[in-house]
Amino acid sequence: MNFKTVAVLVGAAAIVGGIAYWGQDLLKGDVASTDENKIGFVYVGPIGDHGWSYRHDVGRLAVEKEFGSKVKTTYVESVKEGPDSERVIRQLAADGHKIIFTTSFGFMNPTLKVAKQFPNVKFEHATGYKRGDNVSTYSSRFYEGRYVIGKIAGKMTKTNIIGYVGSFPIPEVVRGINAVALAARSVNPNIQIKVAWVNTWYDPGKEGDAAKALIDQGADIIMQHTDSPAPLQVAESRGVWAVGQASDMSQFAPKAQLTAIIDDWDGYYVARAKAALDGSWTSTDTWGGFKSGMVKLAPYNAAIPADVVKLAKETQAAIENGSLKPFAGPFNKQDGTQAVAAGSELEDGVLLGMDWYVEGIQGKLPK
Amino acid sequence: MTGYEWIIPVILTVITAATPLVFAGIGELVTEKSGVLNLGIEGMMLVGAVTAFVTATVTGNYFLAVIAAAGAGAFMAFLFGILTLSLMANQVATGLALTLFGVGISALIGQDFVGQPVQAIPKVDIAGLSDLPVVGQILFGQDPLVYLSFIMAIGVSWFLYKTKAGLILRAVGDSHDSAHSIGYSVVTIRYLAVMFGGAMSGIGGAYLSLIYTPMWAENMTSGRGWIALALIVFATWKPSLVIVGAYMFGGITILQLHAQAAGFDVPSQILSMLPYVATIVVLVIISKDESRIRKHAPACIGKIFHPAS
Repeated sequence: MNFKTVAVLVGAAAIVGGIAYWGQDLLKGDVASTDENKIGFVYVGPIGDHGWSYRHDVGRLAVEKEFGSKVKTTYVESVKEGPDSERVIRQLAADGHKIIFTTSFGFMNPTLKVAKQFPNVKFEHATGYKRGDNVSTYSSRFYEGRYVIGKIAGKMTKTNIIGYVGSFPIPEVVRGINAVALAARSVNPNIQIKVAWVNTWYDPGKEGDAAKALIDQGADIIMQHTDSPAPLQVAESRGVWAVGQASDMSQFAPKAQLTAIIDDWDGYYVARAKAALDGSWTSTDTWGGFKSGMVKLAPYNAAIPADVVKLAKETQAAIENGSLKPFAGPFNKQDGTQAVAAGSELEDGVLLGMDWYVEGIQGKLPK
Repeated sequence: MTGYEWIIPVILTVITAATPLVFAGIGELVTEKSGVLNLGIEGMMLVGAVTAFVTATVTGNYFLAVIAAAGAGAFMAFLFGILTLSLMANQVATGLALTLFGVGISALIGQDFVGQPVQAIPKVDIAGLSDLPVVGQILFGQDPLVYLSFIMAIGVSWFLYKTKAGLILRAVGDSHDSAHSIGYSVVTIRYLAVMFGGAMSGIGGAYLSLIYTPMWAENMTSGRGWIALALIVFATWKPSLVIVGAYMFGGITILQLHAQAAGFDVPSQILSMLPYVATIVVLVIISKDESRIRKHAPACIGKIFHPAS
């Protein structure tokens, strides 16, 4: 064997070893042992997205902390919505996980399909609307947080244009845009909302480009319903305001971030894991907001005037104690027809299927 | 507003969106011209992006960061070369493995750097020139890597079609047996071409993590490596068309975002898939006209070279 052959073999061995070593990193955590209580999590993005999936993983760590060695948690990150997710969910179910959290809207049908085949496994699907005997749904009333930031934005904008980076035109996202529009226009009726859909949950480059486009069209406040901090970075470099998404993103935009809507799944995940372990688990539908602690706001930017902070805090308190309903009438749909009359409010069922804009939003909602 | 000012920010945004594609596309073009198909662009870009970010954060030296990214990309490509050129593994499978490997290892290297911002590379500011109306900012106010991307594209075009070394490289890509029989070292030339492609992908990744969105986030390329791959087919293996294609692909995305923000009713989903539709259309067109393919597509692409035969 000459030197060249040896070198090639050593190099190849290093690569194969490396792939084997780091490859196992992709499906983290556990060596199967049947008597352990295994809890599975499926994420749509990488846990390093610093947004949506990151916050779910913080919830997973809270479960580990609570139960210590009594449980084993597994997570699979960056799972594409659609057929691929079904394979991942089925794999987790087949591996003996007691309860599996699937944390993106697009995992809805795959979750239900797998749940039918594994009646003894408990499933928890985030942000969906279909349930089963062994499938619970849970979500946060993020729109409560968005209503508060809408009030702040309404007070802070100088151009009267709020830019909104949207992911997909699903009810969850549309509801957030509508909440912002209603709140902002309640303090300043001249405000217009411009929306740019990027058709992805996670693409830092494209999210940033959308923010740039919105700022170029006059927006001086950027909000987002996508998962990376890129829009905030753009806002910071362009000198406009922005609102963080899912977690406090102020390190990316120390000057620009007004506040951030923080998802807090810790309490829910611990409670549901506990129920699955002690056998008290039943199929439920949870939709918590400020009151239950599932939605929180990051500390307010010091540059926000005191009276605006006061307004925001009052708004949050009123939503918490139930005296203020973000979707209480009267308000109009985008085309000017009345959506809700004075004295009544939209019911949860309507909110969950919301597929229309309220007045003050520009552009047509893609179907 | 005199009516045309809105175009300036659009062009500026298009340039940042297109530049990573130009780097990755030009690099892969050279790789493919030598007869090697490396599907690992996405992985090499990610490793470049994380290397650049970590280097910039630790040393604060952007020049070093870009060099390190190029080095890391080239190293990834070198691994690919060992497997496909020396050990004669299947190029398609190895390239896909390289992408998976790059996604994993970049996440591993970068996990302590998630959630840290870095200062973007400052733009060049040529006194006087960058203040010119309209063209000033576009032509003379870019970051250094944008200029580098054009230099590389022109340089590669010149190298491939005007130098003897470029002719040899194309010969290796078109018929490795002939090149071998007249005494050229096919494997060495391919190693160099593959590593050049890796270095360019690495710089494309560095552009993402240092300029486009100055941060490290897992999987931040979000499929740009695959777009770069489609770009080469779209460009029918011509360097100049790689630039046109990169700017067109970038431009479609940016224009549709602007159109949405301006309140036009554009079907954003359809526009999002336009780059891929365009690639398929070009594929169909060039597949109908065989002479075009023969003129520019390397004939030996993806084929394993057995020196003994």
